[in-house]
Amino acid sequence: MTAVQTPRADSSAEASAVSKIVARVKRVVASNPSVLPTVAAIVIFIGMVIYGEVAYGRIVQANTLSNLLINNAHLIILAVAMTFVILTGGIDLSVGSVIALSSVAGVMLSNAGWDPLVVIVLMILIGTVFGLASGILIQYFNVQPFIATLAMMFLGRGLAALLSTQPERLSEDSPIRWLGEQFKVVDGEKVNDVVVTPGVVIALLVVLAAFFVLHRTRTGRTVYAIGGSESSSALMGLAVPRTKVLVYVISGTLSGVAAVVYTSRLGIAQNITGIGWELDAIAATVIGGTLLTGGYGYVLGSVIGALVLGLMNVLITRDGGIPPKMTTIITGGILLVFVLLQRAVTSKRHT
Amino acid sequence: MTEALPLIEMRDISIEFPGVKALDGVDFRLFQGEVHALMGENGAGKSTLIKALTGVYKIDGGSIVVAGQERQFHGTSDAQSAGISTVYQEVNLVTNLSIGENVMLGHEVRGAFGVNWRATHKAATEALATLGLEHLDTHKPLSTLSIALQQLVAISRAMAVKAKVLILDEPTSSLDAAEVEGLFRVMRVLRDQGVAILFVSHFLDQIYAISDRLTILRNGRYEGEYLTRELDRHELISKMIGKDLSTLSSLGGNRRAEERDYAAEEPLLSAKGIGRRGSIEPTDLDIHRGEVIGFAGLLGSGRTELARLLYGADRTDEGEITLHGARVDIKSPADGLGKRIAFSTENRRDEGIIGDLTVRENMILAVQAERGWARPIPRKEQDELVEKYITALNVRPADPNRLIKNLSGGNQQKVLLGRWLATTPELLILDEPTRGIDVGAKAEIQEAVAALAEDGVSVVFISSELEEVVRLSERIIVLKDHQKIGEIVNGPTVTAQQVVDVIAAHGVEAAAHSGIIDAEAGLHPSDSRQASVHALAAAKEES
Repeated sequence: MTAVQTPRADSSAEASAVSKIVARVKRVVASNPSVLPTVAAIVIFIGMVIYGEVAYGRIVQANTLSNLLINNAHLIILAVAMTFVILTGGIDLSVGSVIALSSVAGVMLSNAGWDPLVVIVLMILIGTVFGLASGILIQYFNVQPFIATLAMMFLGRGLAALLSTQPERLSEDSPIRWLGEQFKVVDGEKVNDVVVTPGVVIALLVVLAAFFVLHRTRTGRTVYAIGGSESSSALMGLAVPRTKVLVYVISGTLSGVAAVVYTSRLGIAQNITGIGWELDAIAATVIGGTLLTGGYGYVLGSVIGALVLGLMNVLITRDGGIPPKMTTIITGGILLVFVLLQRAVTSKRHT
Repeated sequence: MTEALPLIEMRDISIEFPGVKALDGVDFRLFQGEVHALMGENGAGKSTLIKALTGVYKIDGGSIVVAGQERQFHGTSDAQSAGISTVYQEVNLVTNLSIGENVMLGHEVRGAFGVNWRATHKAATEALATLGLEHLDTHKPLSTLSIALQQLVAISRAMAVKAKVLILDEPTSSLDAAEVEGLFRVMRVLRDQGVAILFVSHFLDQIYAISDRLTILRNGRYEGEYLTRELDRHELISKMIGKDLSTLSSLGGNRRAEERDYAAEEPLLSAKGIGRRGSIEPTDLDIHRGEVIGFAGLLGSGRTELARLLYGADRTDEGEITLHGARVDIKSPADGLGKRIAFSTENRRDEGIIGDLTVRENMILAVQAERGWARPIPRKEQDELVEKYITALNVRPADPNRLIKNLSGGNQQKVLLGRWLATTPELLILDEPTRGIDVGAKAEIQEAVAALAEDGVSVVFISSELEEVVRLSERIIVLKDHQKIGEIVNGPTVTAQQVVDVIAAHGVEAAAHSGIIDAEAGLHPSDSRQASVHALAAAKEES
């Protein structure tokens, strides 16, 4: 008897815990409807995990989830970068080609015998310079963000091609590869281990730092205020010009960081690396609930957005039956659902 | 008033914009613990002076002395650190953040782990409490508040930074009478605490109710500083517009002593049961040639919605419109324009002017649209057209090549009026043509409307200011809750109060008192108090 009863008691306790969480989320959403798209992103992500586990198995286990993080660390960093820019109502199209330039330059310098630390710093600085240029164009020359960063995108891609059009291999003994090396944190059964790379740690630190800046500093709140109304923010005496330049500098710098993380894992850099990644980052940000017009959104949502995209690729690979070409179609579909969801939320807010 | 040292002294301030002196040697003083009104027509330089004081504009000449120290402001944050806070006509807050954050933005309380939100919200609540708003939940988004409350939150923001000088630039234009009274209570409290308040309003009643002293500007020049109680209204207006008020008040309007024989005349436009779901209930309406017909009702009563149906800006769901006796289907604004119906929007800034085009380009826009873009209007014809309406409507400055965004609101409105007149309409619909513009420009627009009707143009005149509707209209359509609730044939005995009564009270009963010929039953008697308060506030301006 007892043997039968115990699991039943467990499941009801579980159910009440779930309903408690649901009730809590409902309260938060009710008091602040702008978190709804982010909550929806989390729900969809959990849904995808459950679906994957049921349909294909071996999703909810340490090595799958570890790999998800390892393979998408660079995308998470890019999504965080894009969140800053989009929160102000801007856009940064240059992140993908900044990665190409930074990676190719980094690998070539490293192979030429430069000190790995110097190379890493330079890779990040390349991003910073691009971001600064975009920011100055946008703020002081009144160029639209779309156009300014589009110009930087072409510039970056072109410079990368100037450096090399061949795949550049990072030499096997380069210390930079350490950042992409896998470390077992928990030794599970067979291959089911919790594994991290220093790149994943960097991505998580970036997320934490971004969260702190956006929610705990005046600069971060100014980012949100600019997204709400740039002219009002200026009249309130906030440092609008400085902050606007800063978000592009942050975006560029983080692109440089993403280049380091990506290159260290793959060990190869090419001038065509990162084509379309700016769109992946925008998609991740939007799926995570950030409004393209600015002012609403959360870094955490963008991380979930990046993981949704990553998990989708995993599921498609696992399925085997779905042609890889479907990936983009599915991405587009998910994006559309989220944009429609945002429409619903914003129209509710206006009435 | 004791001649203590002024808290702010602006001496000989000059500001030049390309080709125009916006301010020319203006002096301005502001003392501790006073409410000082800054007066002048639109375009007189009030906003420019305020923007000089708040650091938005750099001054080209003169000096600004704050508390005995000469200051150079390079931006709004400079002025704010000198203790000058500003609340603008349009609420300049960010609706995506919480109430508390809006109060504290840029001044959040910080601790070891960045912004300390608990302390920040506590400080926000304290600032709100100085205005009696401690009951607001500072965590809620600002967008949950009414415009009036948002305006008060904006003032709380000034309190949070312990402003010594508070500038209120037309804060009352979106408030109703009760809210204005609340604001004044707050202003008196602040004044008694020693805050110096600079107040701008187009409502003379408000100026006399709250201000201690006033400075008058005219055409960018200093006209004088007076104690409010020593200057009566007529003198004040005369000084603002630089001519005698009697020339303005002679405007008789279009109301006639005897009624037209409406039955004998074929209406220009006749609408039978036109309506659109969710915006206006089915409505009958006749408009005759050379008639000014007023639409009266509160904001949101359906006046704009009805007008948009007539012009084709919105499609009708039901009913039919006949024009010159023939049934027509007005599908789009272009359609309306083709049938000689013109519509001037209430939303001047967003739907009316195109800020980055010149006066000339703005004015010929409708004519050009009518002719089609393939046939550009020859420059000579443009010049003639533009010249004609600049002169006729007294647009100032009379420079067709100036960007329209650099004109004052009143003059922008005149250009828009010119735009539609240039299409020689038979029916001109003016939605709030006088909102937010000064006495002088208002009178000129009213005059133009009356003259148009004389020339046989039918005009639909929509305004929140009932006095104005009553003065100008031959007939008044009264709207409430998205339906027409009555029609008043205007006569010498009709007053704005009667219109208010119609809106407030029951249609049939009010009809017996105020000569309504066509009152329809079925209005809701609720909200009568609020309605009359609001309408009175709107009607307050001109007395």
